[in-house]
Amino acid sequence: MTDKMYTFRPVNVGRIVLWTLFALVLLVAPKVFTSSLSMTMLTQMGIAIIACLSYNMLLGQGGMLSFGHAVYSGLGSFAAIHVLNKVADGAWSVPISLLPLVGGLAGLLVAALLGALTTKKSGTIFAMITLGIGELVFSMSLMLPEFFGGEGGIASNRVVGEPFLGITFGPETEVYYLIAVYTFVCTVLMFAFTHTPLGRMLNAVRDNPERVEFIGYDTQRVRYFAFMIAGFFAGIAGGLYTINFEIVTAEVVGAHRSGAYLLFTFLGGALFFFGPIIGAVMMVLATVLLSEMTKAWLLYLGIFFLVMVMYAPGGVSGLIMMNLRLAAYGMLRRLWTSYLALGGALLVVLAAVGVIVEMIYHIKLNEAMGPEMTFMGATINTHGVDAWVGATFLLITGVGLFELVRRQFVHQWGQIQEDIEAENLRQQLH
Amino acid sequence: METFFVFALNGLSYGLLLFMLSSGLTLIFSMMGVLNFAHTSFYMLGAYFAYALTGSIGFFPALIAAPLLVGALGAAFERYCVRKVHPYGHVPELLITFGLSYVVLEVVRLIWGPANVDYRVPEALSGSLFTLANVQGQGLSWFAGAGDAAICAAVGNSCTQFPLYRGFMALVALAMLVALWLLLTRTRIGLIIQAALTHPEMTQSLGHNVPRVMMGVFGGGCALAGLAGVIGGNAFVTEPNMAASVGAIIFVVVVVGGMGSLAGAFLASILIGLIQTFAVVIDVSPLTVMAQLGSPVEYGHWAYPILKISVSQMAPILPYLLLVLILIFRPKGLLGTREE
Repeated sequence: MTDKMYTFRPVNVGRIVLWTLFALVLLVAPKVFTSSLSMTMLTQMGIAIIACLSYNMLLGQGGMLSFGHAVYSGLGSFAAIHVLNKVADGAWSVPISLLPLVGGLAGLLVAALLGALTTKKSGTIFAMITLGIGELVFSMSLMLPEFFGGEGGIASNRVVGEPFLGITFGPETEVYYLIAVYTFVCTVLMFAFTHTPLGRMLNAVRDNPERVEFIGYDTQRVRYFAFMIAGFFAGIAGGLYTINFEIVTAEVVGAHRSGAYLLFTFLGGALFFFGPIIGAVMMVLATVLLSEMTKAWLLYLGIFFLVMVMYAPGGVSGLIMMNLRLAAYGMLRRLWTSYLALGGALLVVLAAVGVIVEMIYHIKLNEAMGPEMTFMGATINTHGVDAWVGATFLLITGVGLFELVRRQFVHQWGQIQEDIEAENLRQQLH
Repeated sequence: METFFVFALNGLSYGLLLFMLSSGLTLIFSMMGVLNFAHTSFYMLGAYFAYALTGSIGFFPALIAAPLLVGALGAAFERYCVRKVHPYGHVPELLITFGLSYVVLEVVRLIWGPANVDYRVPEALSGSLFTLANVQGQGLSWFAGAGDAAICAAVGNSCTQFPLYRGFMALVALAMLVALWLLLTRTRIGLIIQAALTHPEMTQSLGHNVPRVMMGVFGGGCALAGLAGVIGGNAFVTEPNMAASVGAIIFVVVVVGGMGSLAGAFLASILIGLIQTFAVVIDVSPLTVMAQLGSPVEYGHWAYPILKISVSQMAPILPYLLLVLILIFRPKGLLGTREE
């Protein structure tokens, strides 16, 4: 008799729907947002999504807080632009569409080299070492102008070689679709990685390294492999960066970019796979739109980050999933009045904080342009006592209101969680 | 010879400044497990507070007041922010200090502007402490103060002066070091801190308020960083980038010295202080060495760009190279005991 294994694996409809939706969004986005600004932002979002997802492979899935992830994406960019220049000179022949893979391989190689050092440690020491390595690479980039191009960076031109099926990658749309394809494929691959044995072991190493050692795994090796794979995907993002911007300067390996990856991956949410996608979208929105709107954007960003770490350590995706859980039990509608009140109070606080910060910035930076400034369409005299008194009063009112509503909300939230527990218990008993 | 001596002293005083920073970081880390990413932000705040206070109350009162202010800010940050995320583990604690470093940087830029401020060494401490003169035919001699101008100007003689303020920096750092050591080993407070370090639950059971002790240690560590800022800000430059530029080096010091080891941090600080000071003046590159050995590399060679980098150009990366070497050959650090 032969043993026959019958396994029943239902088709995961939800997952197929989600992935199809993701592909559709990537496909349709440039048709909806057609202005040239939104096109630049969309291409940058695609690149940022790959970079943040690869970063989350370390932070969310491996528990490795890295302060030097830009090293791998940045060196991927440099490798890609050097190859691109070789192609332009006619020395080598590499299709432009495969250039991101060149960046990926460079990222993989660098991660293999540096990861052997950094992954020796875990936790906070790992974080300190990655910061040191990041500084090392950044300082070296200033010392070796032959490879890194010094202050001006290295420029190139992506329209080289024979067009393939009429695609030259000259127009922005063609670049967008190349990036979209890479974004989709890399996202699928990185999601698949979380289901491989290595991906599962990585989670185990994050949660309980001691026990993993007892089972017989080498935690350092698991971290090392994950680090290399994350380096590969970061390098792909770097290669796409090269194609998109056609210029690479030393700041792509700098600490600012590494910090941004960490900040926005966390804001998006490191606990869920899709969190970094939200984070990447926020990153581009903040660096392109918010930085245009106000000079104080880094201050707002820092404060927002502090508040999120304290009150919502799961990031935006964590908040979404918590509310989805409520919705699954049909209890979300009990909260909508509270949400409305919370949102209203929050708006008041935000407006008050915004107007105060903007007034201070105006006095400090734009004094020459007179005491008048515009905020949300209103003209405000920053020297007038009324403006300051009004803003302070608004702030006090907002904070007071928010605190009142928050207490109510916390109470309600606890009640609902208790109800859900009771519901679960009831279902188990039946 | 006389330049060597003065450079060694300069390196020592810089190393002591690094130690003032790394000691606070090490204390906070070994006690609470929190890696304070914003530690050098407090260093920067110390410098800016001292700059602001010097104008109204003078340098020496500011030397006391600015660190106290920074310490109070640090303690408040621990009480209202770090303690909130403590239950989530060490990574959120690190993240919240990371977020603080952004906010502090922006606030400093907002209040004092993006350029460097004119924070100067006070009149009483400027000038030179002593002068080493290499007098022809007599060898090395030592003068207090700026030295005799006639001797220095004479043909064949050379003078090197050691700034008074560098001496003051070293003195403050040493005084702080001794005070810290006495506090930790000879007082009741130090005893409780040491107990809370190793056995927090037991210390709590004996009736000590361990969270308050931790708040105190965090504030104290930040005050040390603030003190380093007060005396380092005018010796170097007081600008918004000063936190980031010294931050990575402090982390290198702590890893090289061994996590949680104060003695290791001291050794590593002095080592890195000396390395960075001496590297700047060594104008030797592999290229010049090979040329002297009789096998010069010509311009077109592929390795030329790498070989032409001199030690002085390499100075900024030497601490990080040291970090890499330590990680390869002695992963637990110079005096570290923990293998993680």
